[in-house]
Amino acid sequence: MTRIPLMRNIAVVCSLSFLGTIGFAQDKPLKKDLKFTVIPKNINNPYMVIQSGGATDACKELGIEGKVVGPSETGASAQVPYINTAITQRQNAILIAANDPNALVPYLKKAMSQKISVVTLDSDTAPEGREIFINQASAEGIGQSLVQTLAKQIGSSGDFAILSATPNATNQNTWIKYMQQELKKPEYKEMKLVKIAYGNDEDQKSFTETQGLLQAYPNLKGIISPTSVGIAAAARYISTSPYKGKVALTGLGTPNQLRQFVKDGTIKEFELWNPADVGYLAAYAAAQLASGNIQGKEGETFAAGKLGTRTVGKDGVVLLGPPTVFNADNIDKFNF
Amino acid sequence: MSEGQSSTRRLVRRVSWETILALLLVLALVGGAVLNKDFLTAENWANLLANFTEIALMALPLSLIVITNEIDLSVASILGLSSSLLGALWQYKLAMPLVLVTCLVAGALCGWLNGFLIVRFRLPSLAVTIGTLALFRGFAYIILGDKAIADFPSEYAEFGIGVVPNTFIPTPFVLFIVLALIFWILLHHTTIGRRIYAIGGNPTAARFSGINLNRLKLLLYVASGLISALAGIVYTFRFSSSRADNGTGFELSAIAAVFLGGVTVQGGKGTVTGVVLSLLLIGIINNMLTLADVASEILRIVTGSLLIVSVLLPNLIAKTRESWRLMRRQREIAGLGSAA
Amino acid sequence: MTKQAENTAEGPGWLNALFRSRETSLVLLIAGLTAVTTTLNPRFLSPQSLKDLMLNVSIIALLVLGQTVIILMRQIDLSISSIVGITAFLSGTLFINHPGISGYVVIAIAVLTGLLLGAVNAALIAWGKIPALITTLGTLYIFRGANYAWVHGRQVNAVNVPGSFLAIGTSTVAGVPILTWIVLILLILFSIGLRQYRAGREYYAIGSNPNAAVLAGINVSRRIAIGFIISGAIAGLAGALWLARFGTVDATAAEGIELTVITSTVVGGVAITGGVGTVVGAVLGALLLSVFSSTLVFLRVPSFWQQAFQGAMLLVAIAADAYLAYRHALRSRVKWSHV
Repeated sequence: MTRIPLMRNIAVVCSLSFLGTIGFAQDKPLKKDLKFTVIPKNINNPYMVIQSGGATDACKELGIEGKVVGPSETGASAQVPYINTAITQRQNAILIAANDPNALVPYLKKAMSQKISVVTLDSDTAPEGREIFINQASAEGIGQSLVQTLAKQIGSSGDFAILSATPNATNQNTWIKYMQQELKKPEYKEMKLVKIAYGNDEDQKSFTETQGLLQAYPNLKGIISPTSVGIAAAARYISTSPYKGKVALTGLGTPNQLRQFVKDGTIKEFELWNPADVGYLAAYAAAQLASGNIQGKEGETFAAGKLGTRTVGKDGVVLLGPPTVFNADNIDKFNF
Repeated sequence: MSEGQSSTRRLVRRVSWETILALLLVLALVGGAVLNKDFLTAENWANLLANFTEIALMALPLSLIVITNEIDLSVASILGLSSSLLGALWQYKLAMPLVLVTCLVAGALCGWLNGFLIVRFRLPSLAVTIGTLALFRGFAYIILGDKAIADFPSEYAEFGIGVVPNTFIPTPFVLFIVLALIFWILLHHTTIGRRIYAIGGNPTAARFSGINLNRLKLLLYVASGLISALAGIVYTFRFSSSRADNGTGFELSAIAAVFLGGVTVQGGKGTVTGVVLSLLLIGIINNMLTLADVASEILRIVTGSLLIVSVLLPNLIAKTRESWRLMRRQREIAGLGSAA
Repeated sequence: MTKQAENTAEGPGWLNALFRSRETSLVLLIAGLTAVTTTLNPRFLSPQSLKDLMLNVSIIALLVLGQTVIILMRQIDLSISSIVGITAFLSGTLFINHPGISGYVVIAIAVLTGLLLGAVNAALIAWGKIPALITTLGTLYIFRGANYAWVHGRQVNAVNVPGSFLAIGTSTVAGVPILTWIVLILLILFSIGLRQYRAGREYYAIGSNPNAAVLAGINVSRRIAIGFIISGAIAGLAGALWLARFGTVDATAAEGIELTVITSTVVGGVAITGGVGTVVGAVLGALLLSVFSSTLVFLRVPSFWQQAFQGAMLLVAIAADAYLAYRHALRSRVKWSHV
């Protein structure tokens, strides 16, 4: 057994890790002339517009040709023709916010078999349908914090309802699941979830569903709406009704849409992340996948432009980060 | 001078709507191939045909109904009902063949309800089918609520998205080809077909000729319900997704295809060939535009315009013929006057 | 053929007419539903929920006015939802691009736009001789597609609309929202116009018997064209009021509303075969449907039973209309021909 000098060991380890960090930080180069298709849940959703905008900004930074196509309705089957078109056009990657966790999987699998990288963002499919999922924040964290916020505002007791998006949306359903889990804790035993209403991410439907909730449940103390379209519509209805200030409203929404309602007292606190960042991160991840630099396995890291280095977690999930809480103190600082 | 006129007149008279459609189809094919290199691939055609399979299926019996001067707007709701029923029953783990038969029977019953109300109570078919459009879609929601069922057995899901081996024809599309042939034979080569034309052309005369209008119309509506249910099954397996809102709005596309195919609103005219050609035309145009990344909203504008043009054009042609005839008559009279 | 005398044995003529009238049965139904719901959930008659009800009905009732004129003539207008969508977004865009613009100007522009879109329908139907079903189906598609292409993912938010305009949808005068007052005034105008003026009677005549109308010297094409232009203008106004009511408008605004409007009209007694019905009845039909949906909400019936009930109501209304027409024909010993 040869004795290996300690200093040489240290030198080797140091230089290897140094090279390693340089290698990871700079990444293997991207393939040239990549083409991406971004498919949002639907084309007319303002949240989706911000998110897709983030993805196309990243594409511009990377010199990738990115385009946003999608349906006007929020059906799962409505997204299929666009997946098929991307396959026929031989795109390099599909970035998709799924309307349904299962219906799209056969078509996405077909895409992957044609060497098209698939990244889901905002709303996931079953893991076999994609390589990486960009999760805006820990689903458990979102569910817990929403319940905690509402509990604070209604004194941890009373009836409340949830105003969700479409009944099948993966992201909303996951958050609701964690909300219900959080509710089982002893400190919330006086709080009761009386109804989950679906506004289908349509403004008018969300508006009338809020009306219905307040009419049918006279003892309602609060509403959680984990969708930006829902919370905006609910806020608009409540702020012009006698329920303002009596029924607490919280959820996930964009500061620009909700600023006036925070100022007039309809909403005390709500949270979100920057949807543009979700799209941005998705594009960077897709670029690495399409160039063959990463495979979506746990532990891999990649550079994501202004968002720094990111690590792939379990099941190919990449977390954006914790959500931001907005209230009267900080809402004027944001513009999206 | 009259020689030139009569030869153009003869040409105009010989050119049928189906011929015009066929020409447009060829134009569209050429345009598609030129504009997009991926247009003529097998894969693209598989997608193209698969995309309008359900609408194509529904358009077949619908065209017969329109020929008899009625209409059926509830076809897409029956599709949705069948899809919901499929998912709901499958949840209870019944044998799939049994489930499929139940869905078809449910569709036939819906069609029977339509026919019964229209034929027995002599209610206007437009209003009745607007009502049943809401009623059947409502039933779909009652059955399945807001849920979506997705885990269907793989052999059925594969049927939904597969293609016939060594071709680009999607497996569900084979159903359409078979049914189109059956309807073509039915309408153009059987007495039932003659009777259908008779009812549309002149209902009173048809009745006095001994045709049982009521029974025939009822049968047509039952067929429409049955085939719409079949379309619902196809849709469910194509997307592995049973939802109450499946197919919402499809009835408008089916009707657009029927009218574009040359079936007139007054009834009594139209061919299966025309409807098949128009389905292909709409499918190709949709596909071309999607490949060119044209937004889906433009597709809507195109479908709507095609619908209007399909009726406007024959009207304009008729008006032009009418004015030619008038001109010729005036010239004849003027000629007689000068001769005398 | 002696005409059998009207049922004098059963009482004075006008009282009978009142009892038999569609309007009365509608009022009774509405009263009945309200009574049932209020006993089960007293919040139904609270000021807020009444205000909500009135606001919900108002826009549909407005569209029903236009649709009644159309259906009276045995025509149909499916494109109203697309016209409302376009003018609603147009109104919002005007406020955004021209801050300080007067609400009256915005409403005027919306009505004018609706009028122009209705004129497209009118031209195709009256001049192009394309059946109304096909034309308005086509324009439904075309206008909505144009709307999507124009809006393209944007939306108008309530914060862009001046408070004074939104007040149309929120403030009340004598407990009734301003929006509802607007519709009530138009209802009275339409009712008088259709009943007392020759132009109004022409709509009935065309629907009753188009051939007789031509022989009677009525310019049928022109009347039909004017009808569709009116329908378009009404839809334009409804778009502006939509913005006031909801505050937020995106590309899907008012999608699908045409079926509710047609159902309300037919339930309200305007026969789809034309020539029969009143605007008051049609508006009552809209009210009935709205009260009914509200009832389901208050009784916590899952909202997806609504559509089935709406469909059933339409079928019952049509069947009742046909039955009444049959009875009337029998009574007057007129040979009943298949309409």
